[in-house]
Amino acid sequence: MIATFVDYEAGNLRSLRAAFERAGAAVEVTQNPHAIASARLIVIPGVGAAASAMAALHEHGLVQPIVAAARRGAHVFGVCVGMQLLFAHSGEGDVDGLALLPGTVTRLTGARRLPHMGWNDVQPLRAHALASALPATCYFAHSFAVQDADPACVVASTPVERGAFASLVALDRVAGAQFHPERSSSAGAALLRDVVAWASDADAA
Amino acid sequence: MLRKRIIPCLDVSGGRVVKGVNFVNLRDIGEPVEAALAYAAAGADEIVWLNITASRERFRELCEAVERAAEQIDVPLTVGGGISSVEHVRELLLAGADKVSVNSAALRRPELIEEAAERFGSQCVVCAIDARRVGGGWKAFVDGGRTETEHDAVAWASRAVERGAGELLVTSMDADGVQTGYDLELLETITGRVPVPVVASGGAGTPAHLADALEAGAEAALAASIFHDGTYAIEEVKAVCRARGLPMR
Repeated sequence: MIATFVDYEAGNLRSLRAAFERAGAAVEVTQNPHAIASARLIVIPGVGAAASAMAALHEHGLVQPIVAAARRGAHVFGVCVGMQLLFAHSGEGDVDGLALLPGTVTRLTGARRLPHMGWNDVQPLRAHALASALPATCYFAHSFAVQDADPACVVASTPVERGAFASLVALDRVAGAQFHPERSSSAGAALLRDVVAWASDADAA
Repeated sequence: MLRKRIIPCLDVSGGRVVKGVNFVNLRDIGEPVEAALAYAAAGADEIVWLNITASRERFRELCEAVERAAEQIDVPLTVGGGISSVEHVRELLLAGADKVSVNSAALRRPELIEEAAERFGSQCVVCAIDARRVGGGWKAFVDGGRTETEHDAVAWASRAVERGAGELLVTSMDADGVQTGYDLELLETITGRVPVPVVASGGAGTPAHLADALEAGAEAALAASIFHDGTYAIEEVKAVCRARGLPMR
């Protein structure tokens, strides 16, 4: 399984790349729209703010190739801000996302402190191919989150003092994690193995 | 529930840990990547690397070491010490640091925090504050605690957060190295004023000291010697915290 990383020059891919390789994937890092359009597993890393990340995707002409690949049936997996970009809109910079998932990203409410930084529970709400290691405790570092998601796309949620947010989302072949699997110890490693298997199974089908 | 964090701090010069790490019944570990991996395996919730030399040449060595560590460890890594520009922040993030901690340069030029937060997001910008009791309050010190400034440490904490710092690493210079406990009053004062997480530093001598700091409002407690000397294992500290009802991983 080749994991095609979208390189939009917004920051470090090193940690996530190494974690995917440990999970058994071969990693290709590219800005080439054609490579992305024909990928089987597209990984959208996430760093920085949603608005600048989306601007970078547009600048590199990568929005359409990602959306087209998803429509064609490619698997797409986003991490942290990369997960947030999968949704229709983000309040962080008031920017439209890729709209591959229904819902909006807003400033996290109900948390003791912001950023929501550290290890928190990831509690499964239903059975899913990506949930084999759940419940688990994973590492978060973010101030925005999805708190109004369609229940159909929420696989797991994470509690804050008052309320919760979607921490693992999936709808058909589009999925993402708000936490950092590459920094979430054995639970994060298990999730990435699940991602590789999830994308590989469909290849066989 | 969000867990409180226990963070071992590695003092790194170039590519080496300055104070060696002695795990109970294990050999001395001077290689920072190995030491970070060992701590991650032992239950550390995060690793802080403090770069204690600031020369350009040493900065490259640091980045190279961070690259090696970032590829291998599976808990978050914060790097600080001698960071004077947004370019430094960028290079360390590209090397694989999850968060970068700024200190003296940010106090001298607070725009550094703003520039880094705008470019990379508040969640990866930590402001380290070295505070010492002066009169009835605390003053912020710079240059590794050697130089007093006219800035009130608590007021600086608030300003740093307004500028965009996503976390504060608060070190009590009075308590640092003495191992008689953190400055709890300082922690209570700052955590009561800022909305971001605060990491307590300086003064850890026993597991109870770390639990005290977490109860005082800190989201994380950082320690160096008690872990490096092998006096206590991270899990022993966590057991004491758990027994006191603190949420630990």
